[in-house]
Amino acid sequence: MNNDTINNQLDKRYEFGFTTNIEQDTLPPGLNEDVIKIISNKKNEPEWLLNWRLNAFKKWKKMTEPKWAKINYPEIDYQKISYFSAPKKKNLESLDEVDPEILKTYNKLGIPIEEQKMLAGVAVDAVFDSVSVTTTFKKDLAKAGVIFCSFSEAVLEYPDLVKKYLGSVVPQADNFFAALNSAVFSDGSFVYIPKNTKCPMELSTYFRINALNTGQFERTLIIADSGSEVSYLEGCTAPMRDENQLHAAVVELVALDDANIKYSTVQNWYPGDENGKGGIYNFVTKRGDCRGNKSKISWTQVETGSAVTWKYPSVILKGNKSIGEFYSVAVSNNYQQADTGTKMIHIGENTKSTIITKGISAGHGQQTYRGEVKIMKKAKNARNYSQCDSMLIGDKCGAHTFPYIDVKNESSIMEHEATTSSIGEDQLFYCAQRGISEEDAISLIVNGFCRDVFKELPMEFAMEAQQLMEVSLEGSVG
Amino acid sequence: MILFKDLKVKIDDKMIINNFNLEVSPGELHVIMGPNGSGKSTLAYTIAGHPKYSIESGEIIYKKELINDMSPEERSGNGIFLSLQYPISIPGVKNIYFLKSAINSLRKFQGKDEIDTIDFLKLVRGLLPLVGLDESFLHRSVNDGFSGGEKKRNEILQMLVLKPDLSILDETDSGLDIDALKIIAEGIKNYRNEKRSFILITHHHRILDSLKPDRVHILIDGEIVLSGGAELANKLEKEGYGWLRKKDLND
Repeated sequence: MNNDTINNQLDKRYEFGFTTNIEQDTLPPGLNEDVIKIISNKKNEPEWLLNWRLNAFKKWKKMTEPKWAKINYPEIDYQKISYFSAPKKKNLESLDEVDPEILKTYNKLGIPIEEQKMLAGVAVDAVFDSVSVTTTFKKDLAKAGVIFCSFSEAVLEYPDLVKKYLGSVVPQADNFFAALNSAVFSDGSFVYIPKNTKCPMELSTYFRINALNTGQFERTLIIADSGSEVSYLEGCTAPMRDENQLHAAVVELVALDDANIKYSTVQNWYPGDENGKGGIYNFVTKRGDCRGNKSKISWTQVETGSAVTWKYPSVILKGNKSIGEFYSVAVSNNYQQADTGTKMIHIGENTKSTIITKGISAGHGQQTYRGEVKIMKKAKNARNYSQCDSMLIGDKCGAHTFPYIDVKNESSIMEHEATTSSIGEDQLFYCAQRGISEEDAISLIVNGFCRDVFKELPMEFAMEAQQLMEVSLEGSVG
Repeated sequence: MILFKDLKVKIDDKMIINNFNLEVSPGELHVIMGPNGSGKSTLAYTIAGHPKYSIESGEIIYKKELINDMSPEERSGNGIFLSLQYPISIPGVKNIYFLKSAINSLRKFQGKDEIDTIDFLKLVRGLLPLVGLDESFLHRSVNDGFSGGEKKRNEILQMLVLKPDLSILDETDSGLDIDALKIIAEGIKNYRNEKRSFILITHHHRILDSLKPDRVHILIDGEIVLSGGAELANKLEKEGYGWLRKKDLND
């Protein structure tokens, strides 16, 4: 059990590397005002939204890609990316009308929409490339007054809500990738939970990048009105391709008084092969706004995929007594690079935030935790607890931690703990002596390491996350 | 049970075990004593198959089979158990999951189905009092933050759960207070029967008073220089190892 054998153990397979042969309606590569007009036009968008996009594009052109993250990748040529791709048949009323090839894809991904419909009680808004193809459970949700639909649909059906909240958490010019998304976003999900309503089921979206050379720029907006509650699940995969693909999403969450949003992600974009070829560049802006008093926003993420991950789901704690949480497991194996973390901005009084992160690096993987906790002057008695743990498997990987702490208030309490551990030969031998194989031992140790985060995931996701970790870290070597 | 023939073991190009010969029959408890650095722990690790220790020459024959190249997991599956001198901690992994993985790995090796969770809990709960531990112990991370005594009791608990045929106990009695020592000794004593064998590595005769060993061997520079009965342990405790070295030189 020297490092070579550990490394062999880490060889992994990516199970979702198939492509689907369906007719796509794709724009040629390139980005200019005309492209944005075409996208807007294809979606029958009102003029205000087109202007909003064009405004974002203007801002984006003046911005430059951020370079502060601890990630290396070749320069992205934004003119070589196609900004719209959709399956040709659309406007579907029921599952029966969905292209059977797409359904097959979903089945391979292990998201049996039919089954979920009947058994799990999970409503799925499936985003295939750029257009939302099917939404289940709409009727049940409608009964509760919950709106759960594709973003494009929301723009047409609920323009007032969209207009009021779009860009209110992540402004257009927030950062380079958010600005790009604001200009070209294709589709995504929209959720509105009315006052004093507990969403009757967990909502779920699956994203998948299928078409070659397309970027995926989805946009998600979730609004939880006063006293409401919702749990939202997001899962992602992409086919194996030698080229790198860009994914730049924006997610905005708004929680009003006493509202509670739980947002869980299992991200398994194609990470590239064992030599670092191909894979998704994942530049995502996710932010929640605890706008109301006693509101709560909780992010849980399991990040096992992507060649490059740049992602900091954050919470702005505006309301008094509001709560922000961030639970994260990130894995970087082979040549994957992840620079991920969170921001907790305490503005209201008696606000509380918790950050628990588990970074696992293996192979040549590089993992960075970057987190900011900011406690503003008015945030009396604010509290933060941060715990950042890193685990190293093998001797060629790296783990880095950059906590930024800014406290402007004397009555606040901040705690930060950080540990680094490794799976050592001694541990593996100890397990082997008790009959536990190397694969099982790594899985046991990694799952133990991630337990604090996995227990925050909804049941069906927790199982998937554990299995994903096994695929990501163990491979088939016996 | 186990037979060593002219065993030579190297670690990092240094020969630690030299011409080691020994036979332990079913039901026997053999004691190995010796000064620091004489190769006692190396011997223990070599029997368990630790990859760092390479067998230069000689044979280890266990249950009539040559096991020189057998993996640690397989040796474990075949009934070899090593209680470590310094048990390893595994933060985040609950003791109960570790025990369950171990017992299920053993059952898989034996071609049996996984153990039923209720049966497993019954089994472990029944064994806990034998090592003087309560149930909260099962929900702590493996050896993480355990006291020295707790670690050693945990090793004995694992032995009782896995029911090995050959147990190698590497200084399991070191660093224990009198009460803990008594518990450990009782645990081993109760586990002994005519089929199970033990190799006990120790510095102290105390544990031997209640365990009644069949043979005591003295290891110096990787070789057994003297063997005898329990009285040998008493003599060593009084006189140390000096007289043995002189004897070596005189020969």
